[in-house]
Amino acid sequence: MTTTTNTPPDQERRPRGQRSSVRPGDRNFSFAARAAGVIILIVLAGVAVFLVSEALPAFQADSSEIEGGEGFLSYVWPLVFGTLAAALIALIVATPLALGIALFISHYAPRRMSQWLGYVVDLLAAIPSVVYGLWGIQWLAPNVQGAWVWLADNLGFIPFFEGPASATGRTMMTAGLVLAVMILPIITAVSREVFLQTPKLHEEAALALGATRWEMIRMSVIPFGRPGIIGGIMLGLGRALGETMAVAMVLSTGGFTWSLISSGNNTIAAEIALDFPESSGLKTNTLIAAGLVLFVITLGVNMLARWVVSRRKEFSGAN
Amino acid sequence: MKLSIARRKLAPVAVVGAAALVLGACGSDPDDGSDNSDDGDTTSEEEGSDDGDDTAEEDDTEAAGDDGEEMAGDLSGSLNGAGASSQEAAVQAWIAGFQSQYPDVTVNYAPEGSGAGREQFTSGAVPFAGTDAALDEEEMSAAEAECGAPAVNLPLYIDPIAVPYNLPGVDSLQLGPDTLAGIFNEEITEWNDPAIAEDNPDAELPDTQITPVHRSDESGTTENFVEYLAAASPDVWTHEVSGDWPSDLSGEAGAQTPGVLQAVDAAEGTIGYTSAAAAGDRTTAAIGVGDEFVEYSAEAAAAVVENSPLVEGRADNDLALELARDTTESGNYPIVLVSYTVVCTAYADEATGNLVKEFASYVASDEGQQAAADAAGSAPISPEMQTQVQTVLDSIEVG
Amino acid sequence: MTVTTSTPHESSTLTHDQLHRYVPVGLFVAAGALGAALSAVIGFSLPMFVVLTVVIFAIVLPIVSGVVEGRRKAIDRFVTVLVYMAFVIALVPLVSVIWSVIGNGLSAFSADFLTTSMRNVTGLEDQQTAQEGAPLIGGAYHALMGTLLITALAAAISVPIGLMTSIYLVEYGRGRLARAITFFVDVMTGIPSIVAGLFAAALFAVLFGVGTRNGFAGAVALSVLMIPVVVRSSEEMLRIVPNELREAAYALGVPKWRMILRVVIPTAISGIASGVTLAIARVVGETAPLIVTAGFTSSINTNPFSDWMMSLPAYVYSLAMRPLSGSEPQPSLDRAWAAALTLVIIVMLLNLIARLIAKAFAPKTGR
Repeated sequence: MTTTTNTPPDQERRPRGQRSSVRPGDRNFSFAARAAGVIILIVLAGVAVFLVSEALPAFQADSSEIEGGEGFLSYVWPLVFGTLAAALIALIVATPLALGIALFISHYAPRRMSQWLGYVVDLLAAIPSVVYGLWGIQWLAPNVQGAWVWLADNLGFIPFFEGPASATGRTMMTAGLVLAVMILPIITAVSREVFLQTPKLHEEAALALGATRWEMIRMSVIPFGRPGIIGGIMLGLGRALGETMAVAMVLSTGGFTWSLISSGNNTIAAEIALDFPESSGLKTNTLIAAGLVLFVITLGVNMLARWVVSRRKEFSGAN
Repeated sequence: MKLSIARRKLAPVAVVGAAALVLGACGSDPDDGSDNSDDGDTTSEEEGSDDGDDTAEEDDTEAAGDDGEEMAGDLSGSLNGAGASSQEAAVQAWIAGFQSQYPDVTVNYAPEGSGAGREQFTSGAVPFAGTDAALDEEEMSAAEAECGAPAVNLPLYIDPIAVPYNLPGVDSLQLGPDTLAGIFNEEITEWNDPAIAEDNPDAELPDTQITPVHRSDESGTTENFVEYLAAASPDVWTHEVSGDWPSDLSGEAGAQTPGVLQAVDAAEGTIGYTSAAAAGDRTTAAIGVGDEFVEYSAEAAAAVVENSPLVEGRADNDLALELARDTTESGNYPIVLVSYTVVCTAYADEATGNLVKEFASYVASDEGQQAAADAAGSAPISPEMQTQVQTVLDSIEVG
Repeated sequence: MTVTTSTPHESSTLTHDQLHRYVPVGLFVAAGALGAALSAVIGFSLPMFVVLTVVIFAIVLPIVSGVVEGRRKAIDRFVTVLVYMAFVIALVPLVSVIWSVIGNGLSAFSADFLTTSMRNVTGLEDQQTAQEGAPLIGGAYHALMGTLLITALAAAISVPIGLMTSIYLVEYGRGRLARAITFFVDVMTGIPSIVAGLFAAALFAVLFGVGTRNGFAGAVALSVLMIPVVVRSSEEMLRIVPNELREAAYALGVPKWRMILRVVIPTAISGIASGVTLAIARVVGETAPLIVTAGFTSSINTNPFSDWMMSLPAYVYSLAMRPLSGSEPQPSLDRAWAAALTLVIIVMLLNLIARLIAKAFAPKTGR
């Protein structure tokens, strides 16, 4: 269920004799590697115990005591919707762009320019989310507000674009765009590294057979890099799901609405960031329980990604 | 051979590292001339206080504690507090003033929020806390268990909450409690509504849509504003009083004070509520009190606090206030946020106790209140309140 | 733009016609003219003009190419336009972000800013700065030192653990333990940052007494956030090291651990370095977990194992959201932007170092 084995099959192929006479260096090294893994498990167990014990009162509490007065589920589902909507918008916008930039850097741009570009893209991953938040309010929101009005006027029959559009532009769509800009460098950086690792021989073989550049990319670069691309997307999605400050600052939060271009909705992470400092008692537990839900969502998404990658692992370089 | 390549290529790394070390050695505290007699060399003292974290050893602070204010320079060590972010700017001013009096002292304040502040105070993690709401009974007993003596809430920070609006052409606006509640309740949706016109007989009101702006984060400002609406206009404002804006009201929302102001500035027809100090030169509404309309001012805010009774059923020296939101007294501005400084009435640790006592005394003093008023725009507490606070502080047992 | 050689108009059964190298350029100019005309009809605006030009070009070039060169070339050209377009579109927000950081950050950025703390600076000084033009005092030295020390500690904890774990997963891992680790590393990527902070705070409260806050606690909180990123990215990089290299090393009788250290890691080092930089970049901007664990101060503290420590993101957040002086927020905002710029410069330097390390150890390859 969880994840199928990722071990390169070569280890099964290795001569049995090697294992019988393990060298001390090998033993120490593999012990250290395993110990590192176990440390992670211990830390996570600690976090899990902490999280569950803090979240438990929210699940046990009488439904009237939870904010909204209708129990934890009705409190959390609009937040789940908001979280997924923002992350999905970010992914839909960022993935094609990021792959485009990664391809541009690895296969289209002149060598010197591409190094420089890779550098700039890595840099962008480092800008603190507060800055993205400020940028989102001051630059992006006013600039895209017109587009949302247009959407409301022309595509208003779709529930997602139902008017009236927000007067300040600080909507779910804007927040999604800010998130997209934030995760762009992450997906780009990982995909770029993977594309650059494509065996030169594969590429040259494809070109030698008369493939155009795009056919070469489609036949050798993309299949080779697919697990890495998905890994990069997942890292980006992780950040998009968990991002707090940027969403909290850009979005004009409010109750649930289908419309993504009017003010309203909120994400789990932003709700935690906004309400946690002044909260006390059961509200704190409720917020941590919401954190637990976010945890489960990320987990589900990651499992899905692992499953996709494992189905495709025949292309992995370690094979 | 391989090593030498590595060494050559890593040379720039070493250069960057060396630059970092140089930077590490040359930082200092700013020399702000005016009120800081001690300058330049505070870095070394800083580091000194880091090593001597265990300041409980210093005996001479005990004697100093008795003769009150006449002990400049004798205190040292560090004092940590946590709590409300609403009073952060004021606390920074107090810390600066206090540290200039006692250059060997470092006071830190983590603006994590009232809830976090109360929780850490009651669990003994910090010796003092700032909070927008006084400790409730449960927290009082938890704090008493931790301190070994009852805790007290001291109202040392008064911040009027202004109602800025963005309506070009309307330079002064008067709003009665019911009108204000109706606007934020989204029942009054246009600026030329008869209710607003009745409050403003002289103004020319446009038919612009009203966009009420609220805080998206949970905050003491929201809680105090909503508390006022519920007390002054109970028929119109029927929502529950909490630090979270009612979720069934839509409207625009902004994170923290700058977020609200940003939203108010961004579009015409908006109206919000923020700490008065931050409202700057934006147009703000005068609030209906009794038969007159009162603009916010430090005096008007301090007046309503002075006229408010203490919460009943508390310990004698506790100064938690029951704010008179529905006051009809002339010259009182009823929308205020009062933020408390919570301290124990006994400290087992001498050094900490003396620091808390001196720091709180400084905060309550004319000098401290004026420093906060200058820097953060808060309203100084009244002389009567100062006396009360000082009496409580003098009763703190140290050691 | 992509045409390499031009062998114009020589029809034979084996070669196809190719567009002359100036044809795409000409088409682009034509698309620009058409775009200008169309947007002038609708009501001229620069974004509209640019969008129309690009769209027209993206449609016309493949059609022309399809007619002359055939379907496969047309698709290739279409994708090329798309890739360039993706790049340019993405550049707009990215450049705008960088521009606002640099443009806003430079006004308060100075040597003074980097070498002074905020001790005893209040809103009063800010008011004097804004109203009377007094020099801006107070800097980010304390926050800079805090961020450098806390991040260095966090990296010192997470990089060995993360790298060793990914080595375990790729080279050794099999069976239940490896699956559990993979699974739980995925779980860890979903920890909200405030939860990581609260966890570290609770851990230190248990270990060192209630209310313990110092830089090290902050580093532990950041490590919880950083480890999964290091593991995930280095795992991807190790996994794409071709197996032929491993087999070749084995064939030469190299022990496995030396093979990993001398063959696998050097081959993947540039990716690993980039991943570590990303991981640092991911945590260096965290605010909430650091306030909870490392505290908040305006004074200098250079000892991460005792007393409260400031960090740059907390500094930025606090000054931007709660200016020292409510009535004159501009000086505080200037400091916030300058601190953000400082943060970006730090990461830039880290990135540079990571690249230099990668370059020093990576084997020579075709690229």
